[in-house]
Amino acid sequence: MGNYYQPEIECASREQIRAWQSERLVKQVQNVWDNVPYYRKKMEEKGVTPADIQSVDDLYKLPFITKDDLREAYPYGLLARPLSDCVRIQSTSGTTGRRVVAFYTQHDLDLWEDCCARAIMAAGGTKDDVCHVCYGYGLFTGGPGLNGGSHKVGCLTLPMSSGNTERQIQFMCDLGSTILCCTPSYAAYLAESIWERGVQDQIKLKAGIFGAEAWTEEMRRGIEEKLGIKAYDIYGLTEISGPGVSFECEEQTGMHVNEDHFIAEVINPVTGEVLPDGEKGELVFTSITKEAFPLLRYRTRDICILSRKKCSCGRTHVKMTKPLGRSDDMLIVKGVNVFPSQIETVLMNKGYPANYQIVVDRVNNSDTIEVLVEMTPEMFSDSLSEVSAKEKELVDALKAMLGIYAKVKLVTPKSITRSEGKAVRVIDKRNLYQG
Amino acid sequence: MTVKQMSVFLENTPGKMAEFTDLLYKNNIDMRALSLAEAEDFGIVRLIVNDVYTTSTVLKDAGYVFSITKVIAVGMPDEPGALSKVLKCLGAEGVNVEYMYAFLTKKENLAYMIFRVQDNEKAVEVLGRNGFRPLCQDDLKGI
Repeated sequence: MGNYYQPEIECASREQIRAWQSERLVKQVQNVWDNVPYYRKKMEEKGVTPADIQSVDDLYKLPFITKDDLREAYPYGLLARPLSDCVRIQSTSGTTGRRVVAFYTQHDLDLWEDCCARAIMAAGGTKDDVCHVCYGYGLFTGGPGLNGGSHKVGCLTLPMSSGNTERQIQFMCDLGSTILCCTPSYAAYLAESIWERGVQDQIKLKAGIFGAEAWTEEMRRGIEEKLGIKAYDIYGLTEISGPGVSFECEEQTGMHVNEDHFIAEVINPVTGEVLPDGEKGELVFTSITKEAFPLLRYRTRDICILSRKKCSCGRTHVKMTKPLGRSDDMLIVKGVNVFPSQIETVLMNKGYPANYQIVVDRVNNSDTIEVLVEMTPEMFSDSLSEVSAKEKELVDALKAMLGIYAKVKLVTPKSITRSEGKAVRVIDKRNLYQG
Repeated sequence: MTVKQMSVFLENTPGKMAEFTDLLYKNNIDMRALSLAEAEDFGIVRLIVNDVYTTSTVLKDAGYVFSITKVIAVGMPDEPGALSKVLKCLGAEGVNVEYMYAFLTKKENLAYMIFRVQDNEKAVEVLGRNGFRPLCQDDLKGI
């Protein structure tokens, strides 16, 4: 049994969770109908009124909200409270090119921080821990969310923000950080840098809470081994609140969605039909406790599977897989769906660093895909034929995984930009979505 | 009876070799022999240098991927037919040369070649039996 921040909620019976969800959903629908003309219009267009929503079973009747809606309603169109009640704005990091601003009342911040506190405690955090937060602080939700959660747990909080790796490592050594919160790619970079400096014995980390970008099990194992920690996944999105929408427990088999605040559905991304648990589809969230910026049936574009199997940690909230792909990260190359995570898996299995870049282009009306891979001493030899053979082995493994030929380009170590925030994994030069 | 060759991974793009040789220059590293093998996107520079230890440190600090291999360096008369004679005796004994390249020397009358073979011990023995004495690392200082 693990540590809980709010055991009465986290381990509540399924019936209790459903009761909370139904009660809060009904209220929230009435709230947006009364206070957000944009929602009322959308509901009217679908012929739904608040009277149609009696319980969580009626959720499917509501229209979806998409990123396009957010853009159309930007900036205040989805506000359900007067601005004078709002105390904070956060914004997405804009990896998909569309900036979203979200508003929070003090109550919203409080609940969001509760969610992050649950994640920290699930990772073994207590008031005796030193929580090292190197997610970015500022508009990005990563830093503020984990910072707030860490305070609630009572950890000694190091608001490092991102960047300045030298200083991160120095603080880690000098102040004995025990929990690390950052993106997985930065965690991997930090681990590498710690070993390069030979200070791994001075690191006291026991756990890491890593999220905000896609990462694989192989990457998890690499980070856990190098840092001597247990690495926990955390999921969230600014539109819904930020990190802590769901989080991993010690079982590391999916992330518990904080269902008392967010109702999760998985839908067929083409038809919009709700899929049963266990089926892969697009994740949709309804925020039932948000005051300022409530989103009903928001399509995340993340492809996931939900599971309500009993978890050994004692938590009863539904678990989601880590995103198996992001429909807007998904590349269609020569008509084949390619997820960067597939390529990452092959690289890790073959012993290459997880730092890679995918370049997609169109030459003579035909798609090309090139994977830039950093050379390692282990892969290198004085013999051209040996290096070429290893390159070919990688090409074959990629072909087996993707079903199409991807060219491999071996590049100088560390030449692929390592951002200290989100890694740029894909460069699509085709400009398929212009105009 | 072998010498140490350093092989370095370089991307096959303009300026990379210049950058690399500039690094050697700035660290006062003297190249005695050099060859370049290229594939489509990358190349392997093979080097014999005056100071393997310093070069390793310099390359490591600059983030290059490299390896060190033992290869055979042989001096032979600087006249037509000499190389063919060396290769014939290796060939006759079944020693396969994977790659080879010439070596710069300030000594007159002798030409030096680097041979990369699978079985160094055997090659050294064959060459010795045929009157060729492969160099060892210390010999490089004198030539």
